[in-house]
Amino acid sequence: MPLTRRQTLGLLVGSAATLWLRSRPAVAEGEPSEIYTLPPLPYGYDALEPVIDAETMQLHHNKHHGAYINTLNKALTPYRQWHGLPIEDLLRHIHQLPTAIQKTVRNHGGGHANHSLFWQSMAPNGGGEPMGELATAIAATFGSFSEFQTQFQQAGLKHFGSGWVWLVLTPQGNLAITTTLNQDSPLMQGQVPILGNDLWEHAYYLTYRNRRDQYLEAWWQVVNWPWLSDRYAQMRALLA
Amino acid sequence: MAFVQEPLPFDPGALEPYGMSAKTFEFHYGKHHKAYVDNLNKLTQDTELADKSLEDVIRITYGDAAKVGIFNNAAQVWNHTFFWNSLKPGGGGAPTGDVAARINSAFGSYDEFKSQFKNAAATQFGSGWAWLVLEAGTLKVTKTPNAENPLVHGQVPLLTLDVWEHAYYLDYQNRRPDFIDNFLNQLVNWDFVAKNLAAA
Ligand SMILES: [Fe+2]
Ligand SMILES: [Fe+2]
Repeated sequence: MPLTRRQTLGLLVGSAATLWLRSRPAVAEGEPSEIYTLPPLPYGYDALEPVIDAETMQLHHNKHHGAYINTLNKALTPYRQWHGLPIEDLLRHIHQLPTAIQKTVRNHGGGHANHSLFWQSMAPNGGGEPMGELATAIAATFGSFSEFQTQFQQAGLKHFGSGWVWLVLTPQGNLAITTTLNQDSPLMQGQVPILGNDLWEHAYYLTYRNRRDQYLEAWWQVVNWPWLSDRYAQMRALLA
Repeated sequence: MAFVQEPLPFDPGALEPYGMSAKTFEFHYGKHHKAYVDNLNKLTQDTELADKSLEDVIRITYGDAAKVGIFNNAAQVWNHTFFWNSLKPGGGGAPTGDVAARINSAFGSYDEFKSQFKNAAATQFGSGWAWLVLEAGTLKVTKTPNAENPLVHGQVPLLTLDVWEHAYYLDYQNRRPDFIDNFLNQLVNWDFVAKNLAAA
């Protein structure tokens, strides 16, 4: 059964999805390295300077994200029937996975999904404001774009320890700001992450040290609103 | 009575030859630890918690959703002071005397202790701490997330390693296993462990 667009975007719902997950044949064979691979950065390691320094980008993409994928692949190797699915689908259906791999998929699969979205959400010469439907929805939900920014930064600053701050689309189709612990994905709670900022110290320590507040403030300069505005419109269309 | 930040038990540059830089202490002691103390004082000002001991604040606020901010800051003040005392320039390696005997009887060998401690510190996913504790009279290796510590689990803490990324990112970046090895090989303050054991 080929993947439909809805399925590849991680929006499988209900029992049809369960049936599909259980009945599909294994597609990836052999080497664990073939299950998930590190997506190339869509820009150079130094492209987000000075907001995010090149050494941080290199370590973050190559080492941190790379390590999540290695650990994930190793754990999934014996579970052939779960190979070849978008990581978003595993997270959305985390409780249907064998108990033995749930924690690894939650932590390291979450790390893979969260970072994959994070790289796409940024761009050199980023910044500015959202457009189209996303701009309208943000203004309607938070009052204004700058009020949204303030609330997003406050949520990120207040989150204790490692984690993420998100702008999510709820199952009811509303926007909300949330935070998650460590690498927990909003997908595990039936939400669709639109935008996420990484609150692990590895995301900002080399440049900002203990000043997470300064990182959260500066980060808007590299946010890729054209891509995110498209993403929001796509996700809305799928929910409709 | 305000809570105070205990002075570092050594010069901030003293561990520089042993794999922990003065730069790290400038931020870890000077910014992170200090911020926990300042926040704790702010959050407990004019409340009855301000007059309690730090340990009591930790035990009273643990598990209370309304006081999670106070718990986090209080426990982090305590954890960091305990961590500084767990470090000694040129420490590490196998313990001697009574501590060695207790380690051998609990783990079988120092190498087995080392491997359990390394594993706990490396697998604490996200921010947290690795510990050597005394539980019901026996030594045990544990790990805790974020600010949590053995005091709230009825254990006696003997030794700790901070595995928040800020503890090692300037010196080791993503290489947490190297940071753990360095701690075990040249920083562990076994005198502090002996003192804690004797007092338990
Ligand atoms: Fe990250
Ligand atoms: Fe720390």
